Amino acid sequence: MKKRTVWGKWWYKFSRNPLSVVGLCMVCAIVFVALFAPWVAPYPEHAGPYVNYGEANQPPSLPHPFGTDAFGRDILSRVFFAFRSSLLMGMVVLAIVVPVGVTLGLVAGYFKESWLDILIMRITDIFLSVPPLILALAITSVLKPNLTNAMIAVSVMWWPWYTRLVYGMATSLRNEYFVQSAELLGASKFHILFREILPNCVSTILTKMTLDMGWVILIGAALSFVGLGEQPPKPALGTMVSDGARYLPEYWWMAVFPGLAIMLIVLGFNLLGDGIGDLFSLEEA
Amino acid sequence: MRRLGYSLFVLIGLSIVVFIIARLVPGDPARAALGPRATQEAVDALRARLHLDKPIYVQYAYWLKSVLQGDFGESLFTRRPVIEDIKEFLPATLELAFFAGLFMTFFGLLLGVISARYANTWVDNVVRVLSYLGIATPAFVVAIVLLLVFGMYYEIFPTIGRLTPGMSYPPRITGLLTLDSLFTGNLASFWDALKHLILPGISLSLGGLFQEARITRSSMLENAKKDYVGAARAYGIPERVVFSKYLFKPSVIPTVSILGLDFASLIGNAFLVELLFNWPGISRYGINVMLRKDVEAIVAVVMVLGIVFTVVNIVVDLLVAYLDPRIRLVAREE
Amino acid sequence: MSQPLLDIQNLSVRFRVYGGYLRVLDGVNFQVAPQERVGLVGETGCGKTTTMKTIMRILPQPPGVIKGGKIIFKGKDVLGMESWEVERMRRREVAMIFQDPTAALNPVFTIGEQLFDAIRYATGKEESDHRFLREVAIRALEEVALPDPARILTNYPIQLSGGMRQRVCIALALACPKELLIADEPGTSLDVTIQDQILRLINRLAEERKMAVILISHSLGVIRDWTERVWVMYAGTVVEEARTQELFAQPLHPYTQALLKCVPKLTGEGIAEGIPGRIPDYFDPPSGCRFHPRCPYRMAICSQEKPRLYGTPTHHVACFLYQEERK
Repeated sequence: MKKRTVWGKWWYKFSRNPLSVVGLCMVCAIVFVALFAPWVAPYPEHAGPYVNYGEANQPPSLPHPFGTDAFGRDILSRVFFAFRSSLLMGMVVLAIVVPVGVTLGLVAGYFKESWLDILIMRITDIFLSVPPLILALAITSVLKPNLTNAMIAVSVMWWPWYTRLVYGMATSLRNEYFVQSAELLGASKFHILFREILPNCVSTILTKMTLDMGWVILIGAALSFVGLGEQPPKPALGTMVSDGARYLPEYWWMAVFPGLAIMLIVLGFNLLGDGIGDLFSLEEA
Repeated sequence: MRRLGYSLFVLIGLSIVVFIIARLVPGDPARAALGPRATQEAVDALRARLHLDKPIYVQYAYWLKSVLQGDFGESLFTRRPVIEDIKEFLPATLELAFFAGLFMTFFGLLLGVISARYANTWVDNVVRVLSYLGIATPAFVVAIVLLLVFGMYYEIFPTIGRLTPGMSYPPRITGLLTLDSLFTGNLASFWDALKHLILPGISLSLGGLFQEARITRSSMLENAKKDYVGAARAYGIPERVVFSKYLFKPSVIPTVSILGLDFASLIGNAFLVELLFNWPGISRYGINVMLRKDVEAIVAVVMVLGIVFTVVNIVVDLLVAYLDPRIRLVAREE
Repeated sequence: MSQPLLDIQNLSVRFRVYGGYLRVLDGVNFQVAPQERVGLVGETGCGKTTTMKTIMRILPQPPGVIKGGKIIFKGKDVLGMESWEVERMRRREVAMIFQDPTAALNPVFTIGEQLFDAIRYATGKEESDHRFLREVAIRALEEVALPDPARILTNYPIQLSGGMRQRVCIALALACPKELLIADEPGTSLDVTIQDQILRLINRLAEERKMAVILISHSLGVIRDWTERVWVMYAGTVVEEARTQELFAQPLHPYTQALLKCVPKLTGEGIAEGIPGRIPDYFDPPSGCRFHPRCPYRMAICSQEKPRLYGTPTHHVACFLYQEERK
């Protein structure tokens, strides 16, 4: 076989599944329009408290590919801007949840059957005992409904998944020879946890993170759907769907296009996550 | 038994978490209840009556005691004891969730098996593409599409409520309209109630359904390579039996184990879907009380759904243990 | 040789993988006479198990693809059989014991359930005559010297030890009379004393039931002790075939010679030698004789042409070294 660079080899493996490439393209496209929304969106000013009743309730047309809403705002532009808060939510939540969840999982897994393990895993089980969306809804509602609190609420619900995932891997890795030899060499606990065990979990964590970007965004959309996320007039995908649902079925585009946008984000991250997962599983084979 | 004890422990833990969340609400609940014009004495009296002047763990103990007696306090929204609301709204959600759960399990398995049976043919490819789309589409978007199609263009299935207005309500036995009407022999109401279940049920189950299908497919294809499948063939067992017994049973174990997770997202999504279909269930009630910051009611809803979910998980665990002797036997030795 | 029971002619099998095919079997020829005990020896991954699975028609397809060749069993080509004929062959004529007994037993059914099914279809008792099934099952477990068969029927595979699982596998394969037994590395995963017991058991059953046996092993000691004739495989090809004694006394193929030198001897001096070089890449196997890159005697022709089998009626070898002298 031809020699390839490391990246080239990874790309070769990744691109063997066309669906992964599709996912990558979708994610890139979404990130692009979100980042450059003020320049890409046809009517950037529509992303705020803009009102033009003359243009209200327009069906999809060339100037308004996704139609306009009840205030005459261009839905496509609002979708682009809504991607921003969705992606922001996904990234912030993961940035909070992954370090916390992973650390707790490592500690609990490595010190298996100590009081630390019992404490951490019991708490984890408690949080996993309610469907995450429900508790997230409850937390956001007792706090003030806005994007920040939605992110806090989802984070509170999400870390246990990482703890459980890493816990499972850490409990099996702690018996591996390379960990035991590090112990015999007198390595510090910190070194063992983060330098010996963690690197072996990275591929799984990375795959889960990619998939979770989609799921967190979905939960965020669900929160904003019931009015517990980003507050109007700022655009949020869930809010747009629920507002649009009131105009069903005559003005169907108001709910359907933002709904499709949510689906595309989730689908994109799902496909990409699967592709990354394949990459690592093939690597091992 | 151990499993039950542990579930009880988890539920108590959950109650603590929920209680803390409830106390996160800014402001003084007594003041909020009496309004700004009440005298300080009246507020203090109420604080004392609600044990709000005691340390938080004492408050928790009082609260837990009343909860165990079935007293969740009073809803600010309906002005009734919360427990009455729960009794009224929970059955509708349970009925919807069970219907959606059954639908999800049955068709998820069916699609997965078909997909595995015809792996890498067009049938399989269609199922796989549908799975990706189905998993990625949020339940409320599915609901909206269904509302659009069936509400506007094809009025085959009703889109609002549990029963057509004017239809006779069966006497309340279980609170599940389909069962109640069936018990009382009221077939017209049964069909009507069933028809009302279909659209919200499909919206709720679609994501989990395709998840199940995907897992079933991949575990069947994985197990098909195992020696024991080849061995079963080598003993002369016919292909039909090998597939439907020797390959099928080990392969459904992962599918069944994730049922609990899928049920969780199903209950979560019920919050949005009930709203869209105007389903008079506990989730719609939950959203209403959440939007009104009706803390006692929020706590009750979360606790009750926590209990439902815990029961479902116990059932799933029992099912897995029934299917998989490896788990059953190891658990017994412990 | 009289009319062989099993005659494999020029069998080629490939595995489809990402980006191409692995040429796993490349023209395998192989014969077994009735009631003969034949050994098949070769390194791990040289295609022994693939050949046997192809005989049973249980090679997973995909990834496996049968490119060509014939498998004549009692005068009929197995590869051309209808599925009911294949099923009849598996029920009445050929049995197979798998390499890893743990993997070959379905983990979610009791031994009894698996055994009852095997017996029910093999004896054609479609309707479930439970008394009869139970009787045959218990007899089958007794035959393989398992204690307390009634209890074992209710056990799941994880409740049994490795040795017991191996015996159960034999009972499953031989619950009903067969004419050919394929034993794929029986007992390899077990410790040596139990492996020996298993081999004795197979040998006893073969004698009692007048079965032919194909014993697959990578252990030359096992082959030497338990077989009458040996086939040596290397990288998906048969390189040598001889009566067991003859092969051990005078190995002809350079690969066989190297293989025999690898066996550590308890007496005599020196440590075992390895074979230089590596197992070939099946993706792009060496042209001509697949052993030529590792062969100390290679000639120009070795990389150009695939050698056919040369030799005497009792000893064949696929090597150009013997092309002249034994034509």
